[in-house]
Amino acid sequence: MSIAWYLSVSSIVFCTGAFGVMTRRNPLVVLLCLELMLNGANLALIAFSRMWGNGDGQILAIVVMIVAACEVCIGLGMIVAIHRRRLPIDVDELRELQG
Amino acid sequence: MSTTTFAWLVLAFPLLGTVAIGAGFNVLPGRSAGWIGTGAIFLSFLAALGALISLQGHSADHRQLVSSLWEYASTAGIDAQMSILVDPLSVFMILVVTGVSTMIHLYSVSYLDRDRGFARYFSYLNFFVFSMLLLVLAGNFLLLIVGWAFVGAASYLLISFWYRRTTATRAGIKAFVINVVGDVGLVLGTYFLFKHTGTLDFLQAFKQAPHVFTSGEADVVAGCLLLLVGAFAKSAQIPLHTWLPDAMEGPTPVSALIHAATMVTAGVYLIARMHPFFELAPAAQDVGAAIGCMTLVVAATIALTQTDIKRVIAYSTMSQIGYMIMGVSVGAYAAGMFHLMTHAFFKALLFMAAGSIIGAMAGEQSLDRMKGFRRALPFTFACFVIGGLALSGIPPFSGFFSKDDILLVTGELGGWHWALYALGYLGAFMTAIYTFRMIFRAFYGGEPVTEATELEGGHPHHVEQPTRVGGSDSGEVEDTDVGFPGPVHAIAERALPMKVAMSVLAVGAVGAGLIQIPDVDSVVEKFLAPAFAGSSLYEVHTKNGVLVLGLILGTTLGLAGIAIAWRTWGRPTDIPATLRARFSAAYSLSFNKWYFDEAIDFAIVRPARAFGVFAASTFEPGFVEGTLIGGATSIVRAGSASVRAIQTGLLRYYAALLLLGVAGLGLYFLLQT
Repeated sequence: MSIAWYLSVSSIVFCTGAFGVMTRRNPLVVLLCLELMLNGANLALIAFSRMWGNGDGQILAIVVMIVAACEVCIGLGMIVAIHRRRLPIDVDELRELQG
Repeated sequence: MSTTTFAWLVLAFPLLGTVAIGAGFNVLPGRSAGWIGTGAIFLSFLAALGALISLQGHSADHRQLVSSLWEYASTAGIDAQMSILVDPLSVFMILVVTGVSTMIHLYSVSYLDRDRGFARYFSYLNFFVFSMLLLVLAGNFLLLIVGWAFVGAASYLLISFWYRRTTATRAGIKAFVINVVGDVGLVLGTYFLFKHTGTLDFLQAFKQAPHVFTSGEADVVAGCLLLLVGAFAKSAQIPLHTWLPDAMEGPTPVSALIHAATMVTAGVYLIARMHPFFELAPAAQDVGAAIGCMTLVVAATIALTQTDIKRVIAYSTMSQIGYMIMGVSVGAYAAGMFHLMTHAFFKALLFMAAGSIIGAMAGEQSLDRMKGFRRALPFTFACFVIGGLALSGIPPFSGFFSKDDILLVTGELGGWHWALYALGYLGAFMTAIYTFRMIFRAFYGGEPVTEATELEGGHPHHVEQPTRVGGSDSGEVEDTDVGFPGPVHAIAERALPMKVAMSVLAVGAVGAGLIQIPDVDSVVEKFLAPAFAGSSLYEVHTKNGVLVLGLILGTTLGLAGIAIAWRTWGRPTDIPATLRARFSAAYSLSFNKWYFDEAIDFAIVRPARAFGVFAASTFEPGFVEGTLIGGATSIVRAGSASVRAIQTGLLRYYAALLLLGVAGLGLYFLLQT
């Protein structure tokens, strides 16, 4: 099977994620979309790894998964904290870092 | 041990002393700091003797030894080394410095016995001796400048030793500022010479001098004149002399060591050391001789009317250094250095004797209040008279031979130097008058004052209760705390160390002249000859007529001066008052020190202060704060305001920007390939 198919699927997943990050206002969904983006990238990495016939890309994909796990931990923790302080669960409302 | 090893030891002992006392001032018991300090300098003196003996073991044309510990920098064109030059000139100087310093340290052990700053004092004093030795042993310009600045700093520390007296701290600042003017002159002068010789090392620079400079060339004259500025500031020559009389605020042994015997003679040493350059710059030599001569006359006239006993001796020091500067400037190097040595003996002795009287007077320094001390202080009196006779140039005391030696060489040069010769003898005449004015006023002059009579009965005056210091009208009350003079003032009759120190110096003041009698032994001249091997002016040439004339003139003028002083101040008469009334203009000129302080205040201090006020009120708010600082901040502020607009705080907006950026980059690289 040609590498192009794998990359097509990978880019569709990535673009879906990116679109979600930019359009959705619920932080939970934003996090989910981020995961989609990462997994899109992972798919591309593994495809390249298979193409060249060595394991470097797979290693990198595992690293990305670990990073994603950490990120989700922190992100969910922040959402719980926001919820506990009764702040709005909406990324557009949380804009204290405005310059 | 080699000669240079001895010289390094000479440097090492005072340094160790200052570090040991400085680090251990809290734990050293009793007076041990003083004994450590004295011992360190005495060991240094022994090492200097070792250097002398081992130097004499070399043949006459191999008596210039250089030793280098390490290199600071050796880059293109600069050879900066930690190197010392051991030759007869530097050995002569280290002998004088360590010898006199040992005696003064010994004297100080008693003199500052009850002072709360005892250890601090000896740490400073050892540091001074180290700096002075570094100055005279330096083998290159760099180390010379380092030593030069170090002695200035040590002088500042010791003048301001009693740091809770405002007058003392002010005097320290004045001395330091004027000395820095001299430091700048020395550094700039070095630059002018270095520009042509291309080396910092003394011996190489001296070897280069005749090849790279023609006689009287602008650069060598400029360099030598700037060196003279350094010498004048350090040696208190007109117009940079005003700090020396004020420096008498320091403890009396400090005045004896730094402001009479050693540091202030550094200018004389500098000119003698730099003689290969000065001989190529006759204009600078003439300036040196003229200023030296002017200083010796002006300072002598001022000393005639001052009433503070230490200031009289201070002006006398200026005057005597004027002789030395004049001597080394006209090429009488051996005579100048010889006078430096004898002067160190008798002037240190005079200061020590003055310190003893001041001790008996419980801090009072005014001659107006001293009278009739000769029976109360017989030993001090004897020392004072010996020092006074040597200073006045009465044979066979040391000052007679050394001063006449300078004037002899000056006279033999002929031409306008005869004017210097005549003024030199005029100065000698006045020297005898003011010296014996001081002696007759303090030791004779009618009924003894209370302090003297009580002392004769065995009770030092005002010992227990606090007394007033710094003259009777200063309003300051003495206390026993640190930073003030201690309550008990030592006198030589009661303190053995002081007595020993003064006796040794008195022997020097009497006998040192005998080592250089013109046409008889000339020890100093022969000893120093290898250091001046390349000099055209350094040769033994005496005409008997001038020699005999000088000897007779010197003796006659000295005796005449003493006779006049006796007639005027020996007994209570109204002659001083009559003279003061008759010559009131001359009197006030002399009493107000020729208005040098006022002139410098008017010409330099006030314009500088006015400029400072102007700058603070106009320049600073308008230009510095308004334009420079205000401009810089407003540029930053405007820049940040424009960037701040991007920071909306919208997370999705940031994500979009990020993606756009990455997409842009990706597109760019795709188009590249």
